[in-house]
Amino acid sequence: MDIFIQQVVSGLATGGIYASLALALVMIYQATHVVNFAQGEMAMFSTYLAWSLLQVGLPYWITFFATVVIAFVGGLLIERVVIRPVEGKPILTIVIVTLGLLVILNSVAGWIYSYIQKPFPSPFPSKPIQMGNIFFGAHDVGEISVTLIVLLLLFLFFRYTPLGLAMRAAAQNPVSSRLCGIRVSWMLGLGWGLAAAFGAIAGMMVAPIVFLDPNMMGGIQLYAFAAATVGGFTSPLGAVVGGLLVGVTENLVGTYVSFIGTELKLTVALSMIIIVLLVRPTGLFGRTTVRRV
Amino acid sequence: MASEAGGTTKTAASADAVTAPSRGALSTRPLVMGALVVVLLVAVSLPFTMSNFRLFQFTQVLIYAIALLGLNMLTGYNGQFSLGHGAFYAIGAYTTAIMMDRWDIGYGWTIPVAGVLCLIVGFLFGWPALRLEGLYLALATFSLALAVPQILKYFEHWTGGSQGIVLTKPKAPFGLRLSEDQWLYWLTLAVTIVLFVLAYNLLHGRTGRAIVAIRDNHIAAEAMGVDNALYKSVVFGVSAAYTGVAGALSAVAIAFVAPDSFNVFLSITLLTGIVIGGLATISGAIYGALFIQFVPNWAQDISKAAPWAIFGLFLIVFMYVMPYGIAGFLRLLWIRAQRSAVIRGRPVRQ
Amino acid sequence: MGMAKRFLALLLALGLTSLVADAGAQTVVGVTATEIKVGNTNPYSGPASAYGTIGKAIGAYFKKVNDEGGVNGRKINYITYDDGYAPPKTVEMVRKLVEQDQVALLFQTLGTPPNSAIHRYMNQQKTPHLFVATGATKWNDPKNFPWTMGFQPNYQTEGRVYAAHMLKNTPDAKVGILYQNDDYGKDYLKGFEDALTEAGKKNLIVLRQSYEVTDPTIDSQIVNLKNSGATVFFNITIPKFAVQAIKKASDIGWKPVHYLNNVSSSLSTVLKPAGLEASKGLITALYMKEVTDPKWRNDKGFLDWVAWMKKYYPEGALDDQANGYAYNVAILMTHVLKQCGNDLSRENIMRQAASIKDLELPLLIPGIKVNTSATDFAPIEQEQLARFDGEKWAEFGEIFDAFRKQ
Repeated sequence: MDIFIQQVVSGLATGGIYASLALALVMIYQATHVVNFAQGEMAMFSTYLAWSLLQVGLPYWITFFATVVIAFVGGLLIERVVIRPVEGKPILTIVIVTLGLLVILNSVAGWIYSYIQKPFPSPFPSKPIQMGNIFFGAHDVGEISVTLIVLLLLFLFFRYTPLGLAMRAAAQNPVSSRLCGIRVSWMLGLGWGLAAAFGAIAGMMVAPIVFLDPNMMGGIQLYAFAAATVGGFTSPLGAVVGGLLVGVTENLVGTYVSFIGTELKLTVALSMIIIVLLVRPTGLFGRTTVRRV
Repeated sequence: MASEAGGTTKTAASADAVTAPSRGALSTRPLVMGALVVVLLVAVSLPFTMSNFRLFQFTQVLIYAIALLGLNMLTGYNGQFSLGHGAFYAIGAYTTAIMMDRWDIGYGWTIPVAGVLCLIVGFLFGWPALRLEGLYLALATFSLALAVPQILKYFEHWTGGSQGIVLTKPKAPFGLRLSEDQWLYWLTLAVTIVLFVLAYNLLHGRTGRAIVAIRDNHIAAEAMGVDNALYKSVVFGVSAAYTGVAGALSAVAIAFVAPDSFNVFLSITLLTGIVIGGLATISGAIYGALFIQFVPNWAQDISKAAPWAIFGLFLIVFMYVMPYGIAGFLRLLWIRAQRSAVIRGRPVRQ
Repeated sequence: MGMAKRFLALLLALGLTSLVADAGAQTVVGVTATEIKVGNTNPYSGPASAYGTIGKAIGAYFKKVNDEGGVNGRKINYITYDDGYAPPKTVEMVRKLVEQDQVALLFQTLGTPPNSAIHRYMNQQKTPHLFVATGATKWNDPKNFPWTMGFQPNYQTEGRVYAAHMLKNTPDAKVGILYQNDDYGKDYLKGFEDALTEAGKKNLIVLRQSYEVTDPTIDSQIVNLKNSGATVFFNITIPKFAVQAIKKASDIGWKPVHYLNNVSSSLSTVLKPAGLEASKGLITALYMKEVTDPKWRNDKGFLDWVAWMKKYYPEGALDDQANGYAYNVAILMTHVLKQCGNDLSRENIMRQAASIKDLELPLLIPGIKVNTSATDFAPIEQEQLARFDGEKWAEFGEIFDAFRKQ
């Protein structure tokens, strides 16, 4: 029983990592209906900026908030400058632009900071918390908590603020929104900015565990896509639940199903996605859109 | 979504321009035929003028072109987004490798087998994929692509695991005095031409119109009697078959397969190729193939420090200047040329 | 008169053309009077890009050689391309180097799959394929592949070293293994398992756990390993995961006899982040001086390396073992080229590479030397076991020599 709980706990910790980036992915999708392939790299780059600030001597929490703000502005600028010229073009054209962005950010990060991994500090204590025979990493707990707080803020923002409502409207029906006086273009920019900010938070939470290097987010982004798919791209709650589910299932299957073992863990996680999609094609929490003919 | 709707109608226009006979203005047919003949002549004569190394690169271009044509059939013409075609490329490559290495079967036979196997697998995958729309289909196929290296490594006994399988590059048959590269180039060219002609006939006939109709308005298409489920699954299968054949040829040309050659980056490269080349066009497959083969090398020549940043820049600038791909851009130029000819009241041939 | 003149003219012409032909025959591929072309591919991008620093460092070393006059009066023209660790790209870039750039030899091409892809080709082209940067066993096969030579002690040997030590000291242990699910991880695993099988003790292994490079953590695997009751832990991980493994094992109170593969033996990259206390007792097999180990602070080889890094590769990290590795192997290559004298034909380059006797390199552990012969294409085959005492790697036991063991 102990091992089961411990694996679930570990799974929640890993799942929390996937969930935090998945939130950013869903955020952008909700605001702009674009899947941003560069989300992970933007998060990685923001984390490197944080690292530079720490090197200069700024204390951790100041760096944290400064980075979130810088990331927000950066995301906004990227949308205005890089994505704007292809706004309204076919969806795949925009996807290729985000791919270009991914490649540029990765390459520039490697060029400026080199590819050797760097340690990144955690604001949480490093001693593990022990409850009976179960060990919780303090950072893991902290990281999931931050993710949940961000989720809550996001929920409140979209549901109860006029700006949040305007953003949702702009994404769902730009034409009508413009007629209502909503500056649609700026809403898109805001969406990217917020997503970039969340990505930065995800990056800074994740870097202490996986170490900072230009390819840090590559693997995680894959899992984050999986998480967002399982949970439904239209639901931030789904993204978080999806992430935690993927993490826990992976671990449990790897531990208990011996013929699969660890050599097919990733395959299992991915099969999960396909199974979920077959049963609920828009993800567990996704909203099915009804199209009228 | 305005962007998606606008996108599909525009690409529909480009597809229509291919399917409908050109009316009025400058007659396209003789010019297109002429250009095609010239291109074919150049292609066939390459082995006489190029070094073995360059031939190897152009063989790779042809292989990519076949794969891109396959993917374009599915994503461009039929609107089913696939981010997992690297998986079919891998299946094709490993089919060839295992048949050649374990069962000593001649490389020539492995290529149609790879194609048929991928046809079946693609069809089987296409069936459940029917339930998935746009983004979710893309992500399901993405997951498939992600799982491929791990699955390949797991079935070590067949696939050679992480070490991969080393193959022997085939020599020219009948004792012909050709280098291996020359022979492989002509073989690949022959396969390419056959597959392209088949695709042209498929896409410019009734089937093609049905496929495009499903993409543009599947409800209307169903109402008009097009069996969506059958067509979508068949297109998936054919698309996979094309990509599988490309994979098989690549295994022969490179003479080595390993799981890490078929990671998710391959699928992303293929997607990039069809968008850059031009969605829902046949010529786009060639332009895209040339792009993904040569532009990374140019980027390396330009900047040793951050070559992929240059490549990324290329991608973005291309999309700004040619949002409908190279083929789309050329078509736009052509239409403008036609229009200006009409406006200036020049006499035009029918 | 006319006939004689014509005949003389013909003779003269023949003589001149034969001279030119001779001069043509004397030109050696990739070599001119002033330069030697050396080719290389490295992963400067993609998942293995952390190793790209090796390719850069090698270039920096050759620059030093050129600044000091070159090799026997010739400068080294070092051409390196990015293959992104993708075998198809490696094939293309290597063909470019050999067929287009016409290099004299290929040096330190990196990675097992990339090198596997070009293995046959290099031997068909009869081009030296020297000191490949991989620990796989197959590069030491002069009979079938006379143009390919490895460099570092291979992974299987290292696995055997740990197995031998374990069998001697804890013969009834329960063994748990964590390995990376690729050729590198599996090669270590094979060496270890083969040694156990030969001693009839394969059943000592109670659990194997693998991971992919794309996994964010391996905490789950460590939990399973502890739970299996293993008292010996063979840790086959790259630095990123080695830190996690050491830390997690310590956090959950698991204290096995811990063998750590040499790939992750760096103090600054692995042991410090994992915790020096938690790392106490770790055992590894070294062949190189670990560049962040305080033990070598005043060592001449180490100081020379630092001086070179500061002058020629200032952007390189002084705590990255890969930069020390590159320094060693570049010195070896320069030595081989020097030994060729004025005959830089490919055959002679190969001959010189296969006749190295007891060569010492500045960053090799004292006692470990480079040796090759016509039947031995494994330049370094010795390893030294060391235990981490909380501060440094303390060597113990004698140098394990895989060559003598055959």
